[in-house]
Amino acid sequence: MAKKTLNIVESAYRAVMEEQDDTILWLMAAMQGAGAAHTVVLRGNAVNYAVAGQGAPGLTVGRWKQTQAPRMDRDVLDLVEKRKIPVLVIQEDLAVRGIQKSEVLAEVELIGIESLPALMAEFEIVSHW
Amino acid sequence: MTRKTITFALMDPPYESENLTTAFRILDAAVRRGHDVNVFAYEGAAALAFVRQAAHPNPVHGKDLATENHPTTKEQVAALLALAADKGCKVDWVNCGMCVDERGVGESVPGTRRGSPGDFHDFCEASDNVLVIPTR
Repeated sequence: MAKKTLNIVESAYRAVMEEQDDTILWLMAAMQGAGAAHTVVLRGNAVNYAVAGQGAPGLTVGRWKQTQAPRMDRDVLDLVEKRKIPVLVIQEDLAVRGIQKSEVLAEVELIGIESLPALMAEFEIVSHW
Repeated sequence: MTRKTITFALMDPPYESENLTTAFRILDAAVRRGHDVNVFAYEGAAALAFVRQAAHPNPVHGKDLATENHPTTKEQVAALLALAADKGCKVDWVNCGMCVDERGVGESVPGTRRGSPGDFHDFCEASDNVLVIPTR
């Protein structure tokens, strides 16, 4: 039985264009495939990953064009639906950024910041990214 | 439009920051408009033009090498140089030599060159404007 790990992801949109995904969410997906038992909490700027319908145009330099630009909402959905990794989002961090609940993927769970300590106590490993 | 000379200092290494995407968007726009561009690639940015970068598939996302079409900054540097040739303007891309040596990234895209902080000084003196995109 894999150790239960809570991953609090705060760093966001760091090299997602070059990597065509978020390296931490990608790591969670890859480790889940290897048998890990992850849960993800999005906080800080990373709450924006749960906003539906986002995306950026691919980079173009001269004749070179990026064809697989990242979509972070798609990657969050991939975690929840395909990997069965629960994704929780800190609702206070949404509120301070003016993000309405109606803009957020229905597949994530919104939690209050005050519930985080008790949540952390449920896990054997807590990683802050 | 008057042709200008713009100098950029880049510091971020490949695959660690969104700054480089911003930088390449601005570089592309400047060269597309026919301006001459100098780039001083400092610290981690000295690896941007390293020719041994390799694209990879993304098995986690179920994409093979062709479908993933993973970006490499060496391709972006080469595309910028080619765009400058098409437009008849100049891109002088200088990799800080000491930064290159520290990182073992001395094999660079043809058309870029090894240099020093002295080159950055010369760029600044000869440019209409300078934009530093620092690492954070």
